[in-house]
Amino acid sequence: MAKQRFDETKDKKKDDSGNSKEDAIEVMATVIEPLPNAMFRVELENKHQVLAHVSGKMRKNFIRILAGDKVAVELSPYDLTRGRIVYRYR
Amino acid sequence: MAIHLRSPEELQKMHRAGLVVHEVLQALRGFVRAGITTMDLEKFAESKIAGRPGKAAFKGYRGYPCVLCTSVNSEIVHGIPSPKRKLHEGDIVSIDFGMEVDGYYADSAVTVPVGQVGPELQKLLDVTKESLDRAIDKMRAGNRLGDVGHAVQSLVEENGYSVVREFVGHGIGTKMHDEPNLPNYGEPGRGARLQEGMVIAVEPMVNAGRPEVRMRDEWVAETADGSPSAHFEHTVAVTANGPWILTRPKEMTGPSW
Repeated sequence: MAKQRFDETKDKKKDDSGNSKEDAIEVMATVIEPLPNAMFRVELENKHQVLAHVSGKMRKNFIRILAGDKVAVELSPYDLTRGRIVYRYR
Repeated sequence: MAIHLRSPEELQKMHRAGLVVHEVLQALRGFVRAGITTMDLEKFAESKIAGRPGKAAFKGYRGYPCVLCTSVNSEIVHGIPSPKRKLHEGDIVSIDFGMEVDGYYADSAVTVPVGQVGPELQKLLDVTKESLDRAIDKMRAGNRLGDVGHAVQSLVEENGYSVVREFVGHGIGTKMHDEPNLPNYGEPGRGARLQEGMVIAVEPMVNAGRPEVRMRDEWVAETADGSPSAHFEHTVAVTANGPWILTRPKEMTGPSW
């Protein structure tokens, strides 16, 4: 049985996002305030506040985010104080 | 992580597991024909294992459901046997099987033509087989892992085929997948140095088309471009007398498959 490599394959780019994005934890949050550079301070359901940026896909499609919006945030397992806004609920 | 060195006694134990693997694979090879399903192969293998010491190594490994991996045509590795997957004349099917006996593992695979296959497929099988032979010949103390990988890659690419990157050969012993990884490509003179007592499952996976892999699900890997793929494997020990193929009887010589 061949061993599957979980480490990076240097000579090959994956079409889909890298493993680091797949490992993210997705949680609900509410936007508290917009910050410069398309960053937002959001409050998670567990009352933690994290700094989140808008995902590239959302920026490309001009999805505007305002204070008070309900959003889905992906948290990196490595740095739980930062996240990525991946969806805005209407 | 360090690479384990196995004592002659440990190699003997792995060889015992290897002989079971060899016998089961030989029986399966003769059993392959058009009209049966890959689940029939699985059942046949199970009947061959029954009553023998040890147990099949794959079943339950990271949740894998079967004793065999049966990968048909464009499937590269880890095809799961299914009663719906019928073998047709002209297909190729890679059968991968491993045993654990007394805590020691052996792992081997062979790609079998179903009936008569076309000349292109036969060439793919021949080249992959030959690349395994060349890789095994590099399994000598003092060589490096890159020499082994390069032996596969150079032959495969000369013939216009490509080697899979995502899956690799692996150290094997008291675990099925151990250190080191052995990619089927490399630069001569690079990588860890081989020493007496190292045991590695050498397994070229060769795509007739491009090297990219698509995962159909958690297990089944197939070629992204749908081209056929071949896979041959032996568990090989580095000894003072050169490479020792643990997954076949000692008296056998000549080409590995």
